[in-house]
Amino acid sequence: MSASELFRTCPRSGLQFHQSAETLIKVNAVAAVVTLLIGGVLALLILLTRWQAIHLIQADDFYLYLTAHGLDMLVVWIIFFEMAVLYFCSSTLLKSRLATPKIAWLGFALMVIGTLTFNAAIFTGNATVMMTSYVPLPGHPAFYLGLILFAVGALIGCFIFLGTLVVAKAEKTYEGSIPLVTFGALTACIIAIFTIASGAIILIPTFLWSVGLVKTIDPLMYRTIWWAFGHSSQQINVSAHIAVWYAIAAIVFNAKPMSEKVSRMAFLLYILFLQLASAHHLLSDPGLSTEWKVFNTSYAMYLAVLASMIHGLTVPGAIEVAQREKGYTKGLFEWIRKAPWGNPVFSGMFISLLGFGFLGGISGVMMGTEQLNMIIHNTLYVPGHFHATVVIGTTLSFMALTYFLIPTLFGREMINPGLAKWQPYLFGLGMGVFCVAMMGAGTLGVPRRHWDITFAGAALPYEFAGTASLMLAIMGVAGVVAIIGGAIYIYITVGSLLWGKRLDAGKYSVERSVLRLPVQTAYTGHGTAGFAAPGTFVFALVFLSAFVLYYFVNWKYLSTVWGLS
Amino acid sequence: MSAILPPSQRIWWKEPLDRVELMWIIIAFVWCMVMFFMMPYWHVYGKQNLSSETYRTTPEMFAKKAQAMVDKYKVREETAENIPVVAPPAGSDVYLIARLWAWWPMLELENGKTYRLHLTAMDYQHGFSLQPENINVQVLPGYEHVISITPNRSGTYGIICNEFCGIGHHKMVSRLYVK
Repeated sequence: MSASELFRTCPRSGLQFHQSAETLIKVNAVAAVVTLLIGGVLALLILLTRWQAIHLIQADDFYLYLTAHGLDMLVVWIIFFEMAVLYFCSSTLLKSRLATPKIAWLGFALMVIGTLTFNAAIFTGNATVMMTSYVPLPGHPAFYLGLILFAVGALIGCFIFLGTLVVAKAEKTYEGSIPLVTFGALTACIIAIFTIASGAIILIPTFLWSVGLVKTIDPLMYRTIWWAFGHSSQQINVSAHIAVWYAIAAIVFNAKPMSEKVSRMAFLLYILFLQLASAHHLLSDPGLSTEWKVFNTSYAMYLAVLASMIHGLTVPGAIEVAQREKGYTKGLFEWIRKAPWGNPVFSGMFISLLGFGFLGGISGVMMGTEQLNMIIHNTLYVPGHFHATVVIGTTLSFMALTYFLIPTLFGREMINPGLAKWQPYLFGLGMGVFCVAMMGAGTLGVPRRHWDITFAGAALPYEFAGTASLMLAIMGVAGVVAIIGGAIYIYITVGSLLWGKRLDAGKYSVERSVLRLPVQTAYTGHGTAGFAAPGTFVFALVFLSAFVLYYFVNWKYLSTVWGLS
Repeated sequence: MSAILPPSQRIWWKEPLDRVELMWIIIAFVWCMVMFFMMPYWHVYGKQNLSSETYRTTPEMFAKKAQAMVDKYKVREETAENIPVVAPPAGSDVYLIARLWAWWPMLELENGKTYRLHLTAMDYQHGFSLQPENINVQVLPGYEHVISITPNRSGTYGIICNEFCGIGHHKMVSRLYVK
């Protein structure tokens, strides 16, 4: 064990930060928030253009900004934050030094350079190809190169995480098994490595194609491999934000998992099956057999769906058990009524869980059903779905974690806590309505990635039902509310870092503690009828009913369209 | 005592399951299997299944077949660009070209009759989106996708492009008539 490593212990949370890791967590989190700001400004411009009554910016700018918004939000903001989460879950939670911090800085630098490179290609108008950059639509070589550099940087981060697990094990910084949250982060890391490998397999030849060294890239092959990258990268988010849910349940309620075995098995299902779900992007494609489509989406995907349904029960279940231990045992729901709804760490996490499950999860299964995909593919329903998973699910849970990290990691008192209290509601509920309106418009056939659904100037314009414009207007209003919520998050975060009151963060020293096995205590058990978490079980049944009902409504709708075979 | 600490039981994998979790896992698993079953079921008993019949093609080959169909079955021309409207007989092969930024030609079909619709893209990827039916199919260059379609309502339909294909994407819209 190297003696010169410096550690500090946060006096409020008891977490022990390794100095090098702490700086890296900070810079990654700051880079993430800066990108979120850029992506948020772009979001506003795009939103006010798709809101057909306002139709703010010109077509070429619209497609350009949409490309940048997709990559900066879905890739850059989230992955920078995930790097911070990975370093936190390994070094901080395991009380270990971070493996090779210098190489971690190299990874960070590559991610920054990559981001600047592909953004330069986009903003000079040379790569208006959307996030997916489907060949043979051509982008500037710098676009693909930037993505590759970013991916290599992220890959380095993954290996730093794995290296830190090895260091922690070798230096015996913890007893027993790694915590569940670290296990979740490990899941995210393993999926990330698969994802980045898929990205390399397709983006490197595409880069060579863009500079003229490869003659053609088959569009179907591109789509198949690109989605192994594109969809899997979203499963990194799922694993990461579910790890964050467990972490927040632990931090706010001191909740322990209902059963380690079940939660860990559910994470394992993600590793085994989530990647195959990438196939659901290809359900409306030619050239792939029906059996391939059905197998890959159902067998594989539904076991991953099963995993999400398990986490959806065990996270609130753990909170319920912990709350009942504290004495909130009246009826089925006192535990949730008396939860700290004014604490943005909790409210953000819980809205994230609800939005991810009810809106993102259910709609994702609809799109992932072979036949139902035909009435959804490439409509506005698709971004409606993934804004529910990635914005309400991932982004909001990261925001909630930030409110915990401001005092703990950055050693600052949060400015304006009164405003912070409202932030998750504005952002989460605004996004929720926004997503539902998008799905509604998609159900009416409104396409995604489309500048003008009135088709002004076209020879044979198609007129959408009036309800479609109404949906887009609701989307617009709700989207503005969500963006205000996002702006408040950035204001509070940046403001707290700049002028928040400095808190006692603990002194750096070479002294450090070891993560001991917690004292074995059994819950006394306050559930009813042998159920430890009866309220959560009722919630789960409500969720299931909504799911089943909506699933068959979609089949009913499908049965009315033209015969296809 | 929490998820950010090591499991309190060293042998955590031998801890018994809570009844809530066990019941939910069983219910969720059964539901997942129901959802799996629906897809093959619909292939047997449902009437809306996307065909997987696909051939390799080139823009030249496909354009030739489309032109032959237009020469044979053209009934009139529409718009300032004189886009041909074709009314091929029921059961025949009909060809629809997706290119920057138009669909060609326009089709006139009969209600209740089945046609073999051939789709390909001449340049970039496009998205066949039939409105207001909301049937959406990806169209790829180099691939000729053959789908049997049976219109079930008369009227004028729109065909829009829903895969981003460049700056004129939002003007790529056409019509389809069902008599």
